[in-house]
Amino acid sequence: MLNSSLTEISAALAARSISSVELTGLFLDRIAELNGELKAFIWPEKTRDIALEQARRADERRAGRGNAGDTGPLTGIPIAFKDIYCTRGVHTTCGSRILQNFVSPYDAHVVEQFYRAGAVLLGKCNMDQFAMGSSNESSYFGPVRNPWAKNRVPGGSSGGSAAAVAARMAPAATGTDTGGSTRQPAAFSGICGLRPTYGLVSRYGLVAFASSLDQAGPLARSAADLALMLNVMAGFDARDSTSVDRPKEDYTKALDAKLKGVRIGIPREYLAEGIEPGVREGVEQAVSWFTAQGAVRVELQLPLTRLAVPAYYVIAPAEASSNLSRFDGVRYGHRAKEYADLIDMYCRTRAEGFGDEVKRRILVGTYVLSHGYYDAYYLQAQKVRRLIAQDLLRAFERCDVIVGPTAPTTAFEIGAKADDPVQMYLGDIFTIPAPLAGLPALSIPCGFDAAGLPVGLQLMGRHFSEGLLLGAAHRYQQATDWHLRVPTETPL
Amino acid sequence: MSLSDDQVQRLARLARIAIRPEEFEPVLERLNSVLRLVDEMRRVDTAGVEPMAHPLDAVQRLREDAVTESDQRDLYQALASAVEGGLYLVPKVIE
Repeated sequence: MLNSSLTEISAALAARSISSVELTGLFLDRIAELNGELKAFIWPEKTRDIALEQARRADERRAGRGNAGDTGPLTGIPIAFKDIYCTRGVHTTCGSRILQNFVSPYDAHVVEQFYRAGAVLLGKCNMDQFAMGSSNESSYFGPVRNPWAKNRVPGGSSGGSAAAVAARMAPAATGTDTGGSTRQPAAFSGICGLRPTYGLVSRYGLVAFASSLDQAGPLARSAADLALMLNVMAGFDARDSTSVDRPKEDYTKALDAKLKGVRIGIPREYLAEGIEPGVREGVEQAVSWFTAQGAVRVELQLPLTRLAVPAYYVIAPAEASSNLSRFDGVRYGHRAKEYADLIDMYCRTRAEGFGDEVKRRILVGTYVLSHGYYDAYYLQAQKVRRLIAQDLLRAFERCDVIVGPTAPTTAFEIGAKADDPVQMYLGDIFTIPAPLAGLPALSIPCGFDAAGLPVGLQLMGRHFSEGLLLGAAHRYQQATDWHLRVPTETPL
Repeated sequence: MSLSDDQVQRLARLARIAIRPEEFEPVLERLNSVLRLVDEMRRVDTAGVEPMAHPLDAVQRLREDAVTESDQRDLYQALASAVEGGLYLVPKVIE
């Protein structure tokens, strides 16, 4: 069961060949076995009993009726949540010291949706602190290790979610994506990750990072599982003012996509120098597969790609500095023990509570928003953002999907970029354009490099084209088995 | 451009983040490396371009002016480090 898809698990539960308590127990045992080393979950021992109790109730609900009716599509299926999702009565640390003792008084909208669908809270996943990072090294709870190579990072910021799904510690997990945080860890960990269109999934109850960019998305082992997860996550919620009110879609119905005639745009800049040879090869082979199915290759130029990282690293820190001003040691979270006065209390609380990367971004954000620099940095970045978005939307007049690598490299070694934020930021070059333009994008495995590390293929589409992206990815996964491989360092 | 010591001190004050003396050099150095990275974006000609504040260019949705929150003061205040008589406690600010 550890290696089964959500559809298979769901069928087994429906057929009563396994109970939710048994199933959840299998995953909890796997977590207990691997988490000491991988650190994919934060305090799984604190959520274990909650998971088993929820599983017991799911079994009761299922036993309670002879006809389907009241049981949701995920009844009894354990799902892991990135620890940025507020979960009532359960720690919600956001990977930080400042929220180390925070137990949420309410559930995020997405958590409510999963409960409504019958899912069981399996545990809370480790993450880069406040979702700021691309390696999971900024977590207060220690770096997550990549199941394919334990001396390497799993990617970030949803690195715990990605490692948990890759190591078969969870059938699927939620993540968030501000500049690539579902897709890049999916690529590094050999699984699938989706960033939906801005506004498709409610952020109510997610700890805010950069509000004009943040989106919630699923991580799973196949595109078909992503579709099932998105069915639960997507939908209007009045409590998030950016939530888009549109009819609900059944993404599983889009999986049988026709590839013939689909125009696949390949930006020259996405396969330029600086891309590792193993990554380039994996992507080229995947593109060849799509064209062999009748898809049409369209050569694109997106010269503004080079500006995406600079614009993002102005906008995201600016919004973060504003969002994180709420952490003041007064209403919730850590408060310094010793201080001289109110201002000193704030300064020490925040100095103790935030990690280096978070402080760095708050300081950068404070600078680009400050008097005299606002126009030159923040306003200019918002203008460059529009130019980048216009470039992408124009490209979508000539193609239906933009395809390229999710990241220029495969997973790097823990510590390799830890002292050099700029090198870390530059690795986000292919995942940042979609959030800047509010576009959906997903990452699926498309091969391995010479070192045996997974390579991620990114598919980006027009606004609300999740169905097409999932369908194209599903077709590819019916013909390939990259997504079925079990990580070499966490065998079953 | 790069930040001076005084500018970083001022930013730290504005951001309410204390920086210990021994941390100061590495903080300054890394902030400057980030600003060098974003510098490329400053040179782009953006005359006549509207700033993009929302990726779908949507406007803020308004709702009826109705009470939507119930009184959950005790629940919320249970999370605070110092409360008394239903009030959040902070160091004295008025003599």
